[in-house]
Amino acid sequence: MTGVVSPMAAPAALRGAGAWKPAELLFWTLPVIGWFAFPENLPLLTQIAITALFALSLDLVLGVAGMVTLGHAAFFGVGAYAAGMLPAYLGIGDPLLGLVAAAAAAALAGALTSPLMLRGSGLSQLMVSVGINAMLYEAANKATEVTGGVDGLPGVENTPLFGMWSFDLYGRTAYVYAVVVLLLLFWMARRVVRSPFGVSLRGIRLNAARMPALGVPVNRRLAVVWTLAAAYAGVAGALLTQTTQFVSINVLGFDRSAEVLLILILGGAGHLYGALVGAVAYMSIHHLLADIDPEFWQFWIGLIFIVVVLFARDGALGAAARIRDLIRNLILGRGASR
Amino acid sequence: MGRSARIVAAAFVAFGVSSAAWADEKPVKIGVIASYSGPYADYGRQFDTGIALYLKEHDGKLAGRPVEIVRKDAPGAAPDLAKRLAQELVVKDKVNVFAGLDFSPNAFAVGAIAKEAKIPAIVMNASSSAITTNSPYVARVSFTVEQVSDPMARWAAKQGIKKVYTVVADYGPGKDSETAFEKAFVAAGGTIVGKVRTPLSNPDFSAYVQRIKDEKPEAVFFFFPSGVLPPAFLKTAAERGLQEAGIKLIATGEATDDSYLAATGDVALGLITSHHYSRVHESEKNKAFFAAAKALAGNDLVPSYFAVAAYDGMAALDLALRKTGGDLDGAKIMEALKGLAFESPRGPIEIDAETRDIVQTVYIRRTERVNGELANVEFDRFDRVRDPGKP
Amino acid sequence: MTILFDGIASGMLLFLISSGLSVTLGLMGIINLAHGAFAMLGGYVCVVALDRYGIPFPVAVLMATLSAAAAGVALERLVYRRLYGAGQLDQVLFSIGLIFVSMALARWLFGPQPQPIRLPGWLQGQVQLPWIEIGVYRAFLIVLGLVVAVTLHRAVGVTRFGARLRAAVDRPAVARGLGIDVDRVFVVAFAIGSALAGLGGAVGVELLGLDPSFPLRYLVYFLIVVVVGGSGSFEGSLVASVLIGIFDVAGKYYVPQVGSFIIYTVMVVMLIVRPQGLFGRPSP
Repeated sequence: MTGVVSPMAAPAALRGAGAWKPAELLFWTLPVIGWFAFPENLPLLTQIAITALFALSLDLVLGVAGMVTLGHAAFFGVGAYAAGMLPAYLGIGDPLLGLVAAAAAAALAGALTSPLMLRGSGLSQLMVSVGINAMLYEAANKATEVTGGVDGLPGVENTPLFGMWSFDLYGRTAYVYAVVVLLLLFWMARRVVRSPFGVSLRGIRLNAARMPALGVPVNRRLAVVWTLAAAYAGVAGALLTQTTQFVSINVLGFDRSAEVLLILILGGAGHLYGALVGAVAYMSIHHLLADIDPEFWQFWIGLIFIVVVLFARDGALGAAARIRDLIRNLILGRGASR
Repeated sequence: MGRSARIVAAAFVAFGVSSAAWADEKPVKIGVIASYSGPYADYGRQFDTGIALYLKEHDGKLAGRPVEIVRKDAPGAAPDLAKRLAQELVVKDKVNVFAGLDFSPNAFAVGAIAKEAKIPAIVMNASSSAITTNSPYVARVSFTVEQVSDPMARWAAKQGIKKVYTVVADYGPGKDSETAFEKAFVAAGGTIVGKVRTPLSNPDFSAYVQRIKDEKPEAVFFFFPSGVLPPAFLKTAAERGLQEAGIKLIATGEATDDSYLAATGDVALGLITSHHYSRVHESEKNKAFFAAAKALAGNDLVPSYFAVAAYDGMAALDLALRKTGGDLDGAKIMEALKGLAFESPRGPIEIDAETRDIVQTVYIRRTERVNGELANVEFDRFDRVRDPGKP
Repeated sequence: MTILFDGIASGMLLFLISSGLSVTLGLMGIINLAHGAFAMLGGYVCVVALDRYGIPFPVAVLMATLSAAAAGVALERLVYRRLYGAGQLDQVLFSIGLIFVSMALARWLFGPQPQPIRLPGWLQGQVQLPWIEIGVYRAFLIVLGLVVAVTLHRAVGVTRFGARLRAAVDRPAVARGLGIDVDRVFVVAFAIGSALAGLGGAVGVELLGLDPSFPLRYLVYFLIVVVVGGSGSFEGSLVASVLIGIFDVAGKYYVPQVGSFIIYTVMVVMLIVRPQGLFGRPSP
């Protein structure tokens, strides 16, 4: 994935790509705090981590490269089924092998669908992704004998992780497993985004017409990031299968595609951290509201969306940035503002 | 509707508080996982009504123990969510029993947790046959799709119908229904002249109905989940004049679900269905149940087979706990549930000692006007029907 | 023949509901995913008027149309206008939020169960012609669809208002300079879009059913029509709707085992062949 952009042309953002800011390190203490603060909610925290990975995958295509998709569950589902079928049909229960298989299967699906996604842009691209997602869903439903359909695939049982830790009722193994996978993949995504390849993707998002003039093969770059994001989504799906020991057709559902899009927007697209923050925020709010008011939580969550858009554009990260600027301005005086 | 839900919720709170206040005994904690939001929110309300009614009739107690209910919203088929909620109910809320479970995938997922945590799960609706086979900690008090589809086939054959066309929704239960009907119908000497599976989100049935009309079978058997699809199908069938063309309509009871029947309207008149419960079932027990449940739920909810199953689920748990002497050990409760037989508002039911699945009477009903309202009037019956999906 | 007729009829219904979206999304460029919420409002108004108050069907449909328009105006004034400059993603989040709120409100007011509708006698039944059976209700949908299509075509394509709207969308600053009241043009356009949704929702209850999950259930179908037809083109929406209707119905009749594959396959193929839609302007 070495880019054509020469190091000379690479912006300052590239330098010191490996250095983590203190705020970032602080952020990654959250999973540790979660472990100690909510020992009885680990299954929820696990699913937050999985959703965060899924949203991260969406951010790679939508936030970074500017490809619009409302069918991302297609790859989540392919990964989930790959990780489920491995133990169910081949008797291979090793979780890590499952992750690899899921990533490969989803990447393949991504590579195959990328030409379709690159035909149009905007709404037309969006609807193609919806169509791909829907066709996969229908295919999985038709093939109920193989996939188990709505009732789920029987016989998804994983062997203990590294042969030592089995997936327990409290969800301890599952939590650590999901968080570590998330951290590793996030680290990789962070490197990719800051590489010349990632910079060229941002360039494509901002001005696709000019990029060929700079020697950037636009479609090839987009196909690569689409495939990479598909693999990420596949791993997220695999994690869900393995931590719940269950896979049913709703992994491919339109709802899941829509939800992850909302989560990313809520968190703020294009920053990678927005995906994580969005997942934490949405899932926690959903959980709390659904506990307080199982019947009408949807009303409150809808209201939150509206308020966020009206008063806090660019999602949680955008709001945070504005508050930060505000504070900085107050401390340093008006002159410091950009 | 908000009002009635609050009343039911208030009933829970009242019992929880008042009884826990003076009882030194630890309450029985029941985790109810069901759809409380979204398109199937009605299911959760039905469960609430059945559970609340049983508790109300028994001073908020099961086998002398106070009861605490924890409700969790898993709207629609959401196995990953249901599984997580079940885990939370075990490790955080420390429930003694799972209940509710409207959708089969959710029941499968929760069944696995039940097995691992050795906590009994009482299925109050989910109707896929294999749920009870997959987990030894699951007992079912509702029905299975096969259980109600099979008698319909036998009844149709008994009426001398030879050629049937089947229409089912294209998902697991639809396929189960199709298979069970075909098996029983062919065994009784009939022929399936055509079958079609329609998409679950299907706004328009006209093409399918036209196709059936052109095929001219003697009858059409159809299975759709209760809600939007049955009225849509019936309307199209009426518009195309299937009955006038001499094609009889038969279905499982989902088509004339008591809680949707008024909305379905006159197109349902004359439809023959097979199911285990009708709100106008002739028995003292049912009359009392229905009136009380209706009063508890408020005006806009018609207690249906969901509410009955929830009521019976509580009754089964009550009886089981009496047998264990109030012992909340999961294995002991499961042992006690096996072979229970008692009178339900729907008629006599029992929990099979081997399979932990329900054995009950399946009725053949005709949709008629009773006191100005549409109702399923039972006129034939198949006694002690087991789940045909079990070996 | 009957199959062709049915296909056209269900396509027309699709057009009736989606045409409003091709005003708000297609012409005005707002990602208004909450379009179905306005259709649902129309549906509920129609059902309540018809069932609870015994108001005649045409009047009930008119009331549904007007109340959806009124809701459109109110929401445009209060919130939508703040979104014209916002990013598309913000518009997505906002309109989904609106869908959630509307679904919860509908459930609170009417309960989760589907609402029955009793069409007047003159819309029921079938007319048997020598070579075709015609459902009266379906014929009504086709006629209504055509009327709406012609009216819209004239209103936006030919009149001064149409010219103003296009100017206001494409070059708001220039339009203002020319003395066009851009704000007003937008309100009116949004009201038209919502009114069409209300109309479609009201006459569609018979075929589509009506319950609180309506706005989400049919969202994809509305979007398919607008995108396949080409943003902002009524001719495109009309042709796309009818094509989809015919493919869908014919597919179900001749190859029922394929089911809902058809509609998505048709859409993807159409968008691969013509990414800008059937009648869409190539994107700038």
